[in-house]
Amino acid sequence: MRRRGSRRVAVIGAGLSRFVRRALETGKELSYYAASQALESAGVRRRDVEAVVMASAPDAFDGQHMKGEYLLDGAGGYRKPYFRVYVGGGSGVFSIISGWTLVASGMFDLVLVVAEEKMSPTQPHPQAAFITIFDHTIERPLGPNLLWIFALEQTRYMQTYGIRNEEIALVSVKNKRNALGHPASQVAEAVTVEQVLASEVVAWPVHRLMVSPVSDGAAAIVLASERVARRLSPRPVWVEGIGWSLDTSYWGNRDLAYPRYVEQAARMAYAMAGITDPRREIHVVEPYDPFAYKELHHLEGLLLADRGKAAEDLVRGRFDRDGELPSTPSGGLLGVGNPIAAAGLMKVCEIFWQLRGEAGPRQVPNNPRRGVAQAWGDLMQIGTVVVLGV
Amino acid sequence: MDNLVAIAGIGLTPLRPVSPDLSFRELVFEAATRAYADAGVDPRDVDGVVTVAEDLHEGTSITDEYTPDQLGAVLKPVQTVAGDGLQGLAAACLLIRSGAADVVVVEAHSKASNVLEHEEVLAIALDPLYERPWGLDPHAVAALEMRRYLHEAGVPERAVAEVVVANRRRALRNPFAAYGADLTVEQVLTDTMVADPLRAAMMSQTADGAVVLVLAAPETARALRGRPVMVRGIGWASDEPSLSGRPWAEATYAHLAAAMAYRDAGLRAPGGQVDLFEVDDTYAHKQLQHLEAALGLPPGGALREGAALAAADRVNASGGHLGMGYGYDASALMRVAVTALQVRGEAGPMQLPGVRTAVVLSWRGVPTTTGGAVVLSAA
Repeated sequence: MRRRGSRRVAVIGAGLSRFVRRALETGKELSYYAASQALESAGVRRRDVEAVVMASAPDAFDGQHMKGEYLLDGAGGYRKPYFRVYVGGGSGVFSIISGWTLVASGMFDLVLVVAEEKMSPTQPHPQAAFITIFDHTIERPLGPNLLWIFALEQTRYMQTYGIRNEEIALVSVKNKRNALGHPASQVAEAVTVEQVLASEVVAWPVHRLMVSPVSDGAAAIVLASERVARRLSPRPVWVEGIGWSLDTSYWGNRDLAYPRYVEQAARMAYAMAGITDPRREIHVVEPYDPFAYKELHHLEGLLLADRGKAAEDLVRGRFDRDGELPSTPSGGLLGVGNPIAAAGLMKVCEIFWQLRGEAGPRQVPNNPRRGVAQAWGDLMQIGTVVVLGV
Repeated sequence: MDNLVAIAGIGLTPLRPVSPDLSFRELVFEAATRAYADAGVDPRDVDGVVTVAEDLHEGTSITDEYTPDQLGAVLKPVQTVAGDGLQGLAAACLLIRSGAADVVVVEAHSKASNVLEHEEVLAIALDPLYERPWGLDPHAVAALEMRRYLHEAGVPERAVAEVVVANRRRALRNPFAAYGADLTVEQVLTDTMVADPLRAAMMSQTADGAVVLVLAAPETARALRGRPVMVRGIGWASDEPSLSGRPWAEATYAHLAAAMAYRDAGLRAPGGQVDLFEVDDTYAHKQLQHLEAALGLPPGGALREGAALAAADRVNASGGHLGMGYGYDASALMRVAVTALQVRGEAGPMQLPGVRTAVVLSWRGVPTTTGGAVVLSAA
């Protein structure tokens, strides 16, 4: 992908609903809550917004066909250009990418981006809805679910690099502890590696506390062109790079030990941001962590750790909030919760707050100036990456 | 910042009521092969891909999982727009206009014949708390709207039937159309009543097919083999989603989308400057509503000011959805493909003389209030 000159785009506001197991609010209401908060924090009104981007993962969760249409008034899209973008679990971080194109193109100056997910309507458990993501002929007859295939991927990752489950459990410990400082968190707790490994095995080697919960929630941000951002915001956070990449549908043919699509997405975003040495030039990172091993897997794909070495870095504290490269200071999906698309945009919100120095008890030290948020989705297939900077 | 985007390659499979011999991937592969050949582009040179799909039409959740291979787009920036074909086109144009990409592919397909009960799928697009408990057949929403439109616009049912007759007849000249037919107004007006006043013949019928367009920045397009058609302006908009709060006689979303596209294109008086209007006719009365939106007219205006255009075949020369077949959200992009062929002068038996500027106006169907508009013109 080549890049010609683009307009600069800034994030000027962010909002988040609480992440909960079963929200009494409808998806429209969750969207409204997050969108209102983002608008308020940016100091703008709905009527100032020129266009709205919505992200939400499968319609099967809500049992709502054309879910984007259903959510549109709650998200503020009434009588505006509004559309829903969709790359499975990667949707949350993709939503800011799509929003960036709206502003960078020169078509709009002020755009609202909303991500919503309501998984709780699926009874008895949303895992059942995931059967419908698999190939109808080759895979569905096997009755797979996501715990299954991610257990396969984790096994492959551990086997290839000789990683122990104790090291992977440490990701849960770190993220759930980080989430104790997050007001929206659903499953923050102080746990030990022993407790993680003592929790029920859901699909070996994955233990219950290595899996993010089922969640309802919404997140939103406000994007502005440079001209508008400088007028409205004392501290705009710039979108410096975007990248995404989708691998083949035939995931059974791929080596699951390494997420090459995440690397591809990261390289695209880093090139746009002018980053040549990501480990020195990135100060805080929010990699996607729906499962504990995924954070390590993604840090490697993001070129922020050597292949197979992220676990060692974790053990020596490199990814702690006060470590060399703070990773998932929000608490992530493992700690804050995982309303899929909203969880991805929550990571973008976290980087926004971290770079503005507004993350409160979660603030990482040394005034970070550049951060990366990443999400992942489909059949272990897509990476979405955004680089933000001040 | 160059606002123009070129359609550098067009690939469309003929629409068919059923396609038991082909999977959706094979349909898409066929359309993609045609589009790449038309543009003279190697898929390896594509910078980004936008696919248009809704999970419950596909019968697969997270349906974008299954998009890259048949487009030659593995490990490329691929995204889905769960929306209208023109919203997908807009997302693709934005990638180019933002400078992020030079060559972008937009794809949409319909395998409607796999959907056993389309009405049951549509019914769960209604609000689960306020609207679904009525047990409403979604076509009844269109019938309610048609009733209100006829009343406020002062349009007789006969005028709606005439839309059907004209479109089905024009489709006989369209090699991509599935439902060309020579009907009479009486046949339409005596066809099975679906929900008063909507009759079966006034509803478009579903069809299978795939469409792929190769878009490029204008300077890149000029270096390619194909004859580029310019996307001069694009717009999309949504109105009130709830049934209770929306206007019923006027397609407000379409007025907003058309106004946005015209503004983007710098088009002041569409009536005089546009040679062809291809507007959504999922239900026959929608063609009148949408033509009014495209021309900026109040309800009833299509029959007065729009009549001359329609008589000269300047409205839905393709035969519309009624004549071509309805492929859900792919429909709008299929209409863009045949309209771009008109602008290139390559539309075969349905070619109109002197099409330099054309407008396509779309709608996502019941129960939505979302649509798009695009202005195409010769390079």
